[in-house]
Amino acid sequence: MTMSVIWTGMVVVSILCGLATGRGAQVAAAAVEGTGAAVELCLSIAGMMCLWTGIMEIMRCAGLAEKLSRLLRPVLKRLYPDVADDRGVMDSISANVSANLLGLGNAATPLGLEAARRMSRRSGTVASDSLCMLVVCNTASIQLIPTTVATVRAAAGSNTPFDILPAVWLASAVSVGVGITAAKICARIWRD
Amino acid sequence: MELFYTMLVPFVIAAVSLYAISRRVDVYTALVHGAGEGLNTLMRIVPSLIALLTAVYMLRASGALELAAHLLAPVLEHLGIPPETVALMLVRPVSGSAALGVGSELISAYGPDSYIGRVAAVMLGSTETTFYTIAVYFGAVGITKTRYAVPAALCADLAGFMAAAWAVRLCFGG
Repeated sequence: MTMSVIWTGMVVVSILCGLATGRGAQVAAAAVEGTGAAVELCLSIAGMMCLWTGIMEIMRCAGLAEKLSRLLRPVLKRLYPDVADDRGVMDSISANVSANLLGLGNAATPLGLEAARRMSRRSGTVASDSLCMLVVCNTASIQLIPTTVATVRAAAGSNTPFDILPAVWLASAVSVGVGITAAKICARIWRD
Repeated sequence: MELFYTMLVPFVIAAVSLYAISRRVDVYTALVHGAGEGLNTLMRIVPSLIALLTAVYMLRASGALELAAHLLAPVLEHLGIPPETVALMLVRPVSGSAALGVGSELISAYGPDSYIGRVAAVMLGSTETTFYTIAVYFGAVGITKTRYAVPAALCADLAGFMAAAWAVRLCFGG
C-alpha cells in the first residue's frame, strides 16, 4: 500500500509541477520515455545478473555459506547474548549472516525467519532484544560483492564497475555498526 | 589497481568454480540452474521498474526533483549528502526495485564514474529495503510490539546514506 501512495503521489506531483512550470508537454513525453528506459535497463543488466546468480548458486552448492557461518559463530554469540546457549537459533543466525555476506538473498530470508520463529517462541508477540537485533542486522546490507549495482554501472558504461567496492564496504560497515550500536543502546534504555 | 578491478569478475568466477569442482560439485549444472533463477528475479522486477521509471522520468521532466533537491539542499549538505540523491533516499527503505530504478537513472544521467553516480551506487550497495524486511520478519512470526526495531533500523539507513557520500569522497576524492 505504501508504494501505491508513493507512486500516485509521484505522478500527481509531476503533473502539477509540470503545469506550474509550463513543462506539461515534457512531462507527457517523459512518461513514454520512462517505460522504454525501464525495458532497456532490464535488457542491459540481464546477462550479468543471470551470470552472478549462477555463480552464487555454485557457491551455495560448494558449501561456502556453511564454512563462513562456522567462522562467524563466535562473533555472533556476543551480539545475541540472551540466545547464545540455544544451538538451533545460533545456527540459523550464522547461516543467515553468511548467506547475506555472499549475496544469497533468497537463501538468507528463510534462514533469518527460522531464527526469528525460534526467538519468538520465548517472547510471544513482543519483539525481544535479540529479535530486534536480528531484524536491524537484516535491514542493513552486508553483501561483500554488490553484483547488481556493479552490473548497472557496467551497463551505464563504466570500465571498472567494481571500483566502488572499498566505498561500499566502508559505508556498509558504518551502517551496520550504527544499527547494532543503536539496538544495543535501545535495549538498555527502551521503556515500553 | 585498475587491473585488479578489471580482473575481479573473471577471477571470482574462476576461483569459485575451481573450489566447487574440488568439492565435486557439478559446477556447470549449478551455474545454469542459478542463471535461470536470475532470469526469474529479473522477470519479477521488470513490471515495477517500468512503473517506477515512468514516474521518475515524469518527476524529472516536471522539475519537481530539482525543486525538492533545492528545498532539502541545506539540510542534506549539512549531512554531507549530495541533494541530487534525495529521491533515491526516499524510496530506498520502501522498495528494492524502485530504488534500483531511481539509482540506475542517477547513474546513467550523471555517468557511472561521476561523484553523484558513485554515491548513488554505493547507497544502493550498502543499504537494504528496511521497511520491507521489517514487515516480512515481524509479519512472519506475528510480532505486534516492534519496540525499537524501526528507529534503530532507520538510524542505520541514515548513517549508511551519509557514509556512502563520505566513503566516495574518501576513496575517489572530490
